[in-house]
Amino acid sequence: MDTSIIRFENVSQIYDGAGPVLNDVSFELEKGKFYTLLGPSGCGKTTILRLIAGFITPTKGDVYIEGKKVNNIPANERQVNTVFQDYALFPHLNVFENVAFGLRIKKLKKAEVERRVKEALEFVNLKGYENREISEMSGGQRQRVAIARAIVNDPEVILLDEPLSALDLKLRTEMQYELRELQQRLGKTFIFVTHDQEEALAMSDEIFVMKAGEIQQSGTPMDIYDEPINRFVADFIGESNIVAGEMIEDYRVRFANKEFECVDQGLNPNEQVEIVIRPEDLEITSVSQGKMAVTVDTQLFRGVHFEISTIDEVGNEWLVHSTKKAEVGSLIGLDFDPEAIHVMRLNESEEAFDARLESYGAEADEK
Amino acid sequence: MKSKGARSFYLIPYYIWIALFVIAPIALVVYYSFFDLQGNLTLENYQNFFSSVYLRLTLSSFWYAFLVTFFSILIAYPTAYWLTKTKHKQLWLLLIIIPSWINLLLKTYAFIGIFGLYGPANKFLAAIGIGEQQILFTDFSFIFVSVYIFIPFMILPIFNSLDKLNPALMDASRDLGASSWMTFRKVIFPLTINGVKSGVQAVFIPALSLFVITRLIAGNKVITLGTAIEQQFLVTQNWGMGSTIAVFLILFMIIIMMLTGQREKGGSANGKTK
Repeated sequence: MDTSIIRFENVSQIYDGAGPVLNDVSFELEKGKFYTLLGPSGCGKTTILRLIAGFITPTKGDVYIEGKKVNNIPANERQVNTVFQDYALFPHLNVFENVAFGLRIKKLKKAEVERRVKEALEFVNLKGYENREISEMSGGQRQRVAIARAIVNDPEVILLDEPLSALDLKLRTEMQYELRELQQRLGKTFIFVTHDQEEALAMSDEIFVMKAGEIQQSGTPMDIYDEPINRFVADFIGESNIVAGEMIEDYRVRFANKEFECVDQGLNPNEQVEIVIRPEDLEITSVSQGKMAVTVDTQLFRGVHFEISTIDEVGNEWLVHSTKKAEVGSLIGLDFDPEAIHVMRLNESEEAFDARLESYGAEADEK
Repeated sequence: MKSKGARSFYLIPYYIWIALFVIAPIALVVYYSFFDLQGNLTLENYQNFFSSVYLRLTLSSFWYAFLVTFFSILIAYPTAYWLTKTKHKQLWLLLIIIPSWINLLLKTYAFIGIFGLYGPANKFLAAIGIGEQQILFTDFSFIFVSVYIFIPFMILPIFNSLDKLNPALMDASRDLGASSWMTFRKVIFPLTINGVKSGVQAVFIPALSLFVITRLIAGNKVITLGTAIEQQFLVTQNWGMGSTIAVFLILFMIIIMMLTGQREKGGSANGKTK
């Protein structure tokens, strides 16, 4: 209970005329962790952020910050600060005054303001930029000013609304490291919104994958990557091969006209399922040694690996990431471990999914 | 070279226009300001201007122009702010602008009817029990009608600057702990000050030289620099003094233009990064 900082209870957000932006969302966030809300645009992730910040009030349900219901507490009275998507720095103020804005509102003493602004700017590696105008700063520097402006107020929670989307790839990667490190140094709760799955995987303690106003799955980056709950999550997080299959019995699954050994159990016999195998888990071998024979369709060189698109005998497409080259048009074998096969039930809820995964763990312990 | 020649060729009509209708009149006004009633070259007019009569006139002119501008801002700013929040803002804006296309005299005459002793304004006052009042030919009616005439010119620039304001800046300010009033004072107003300045230019300067409204609505009880010039030229036929007042009026205008000039400092971007 003590470690919880933000709690949503059955929160729905409905705007006039349109369908719900958020549909009965409940979750709880712990202090001092890096959370990411991940999903395509329009999935409601920014709405969650705005609800926490206090820019909007929920249509239904309750929002709690540190155990206190905050539905009707305005944004300026919440211990939460936001780093905005386009930074929203005040163009009529210089760097120092931008960062000092919140402290000046709180009417802190001049010396105190100066000390804290300096400290915050040092924190984001912008020492010596105090008197610059915002128009003189580059995109990455503006980003840092926006972060300094948020952290200088010493909030419990920092909300980041796609703060890296306007930066170029190299700077974005750099800022990912910096943000993660910053969060760990500050020990504050960060809630980060993005549609970039790589960003989410690289930075987060926990990811919430969202679609159409609902949380699809939450968990650590590894959990979500390795055990996606459904087709949407599997597809959205990383590249996936998703094919229809059938669970014959525990540890036996059938797809691509063949039976394979797998690690999943507890499903109904002959239940229709979906199979996910990540492209990097597929290995190219000779036809005789492979578990599956496929024809190479196309091949792209991606730098670290080849991206090879292959087609099996029933017409399923299998994407393979391999450091080995393959001949386009040739027949090759694909090999993979039983652990690489991930079985997804159709329309499974998150609770049922988690319970099923836990039962595997219990079973494994017994053995 | 050829394009440069062509460009100056196209500029000829503009130069002619400027020469005939800007430079020549100003030169004439300055020229006439150095002659007295008898046609002698003299600086007497300038000495006269610094006499108490004209100084008081200048002061009162500034005072009324200030009042008109002040009340215009007071009404225009909230109106412009509300306009940016409405759904059909272009339609509302049009409704506010349309009256400014109607001739000034027509609108002024309309107010003579409205504010007259037997007009609807007095009928209303009588109906609510206050009784008939002398509305026409008072300071109130002068300020009221002037503000009415000028208000579109104040709303428009303020609306434009408010409309360009990035709404995320307001969110940011609230997020950092500022109340609505603080947000207005520290973010919205400083970022729209250029719109206010443009509005002040468009209202204060013409208000200095109003004379139709002073005559028809204020019954010549309010005398501005504009009325003074008109009187000097048409009533006392003292072109020299009239020109001298005009010279000062032009000087005042230049000073006001400089004071309300727009400085480039972020504000021009109005907070939009792209």
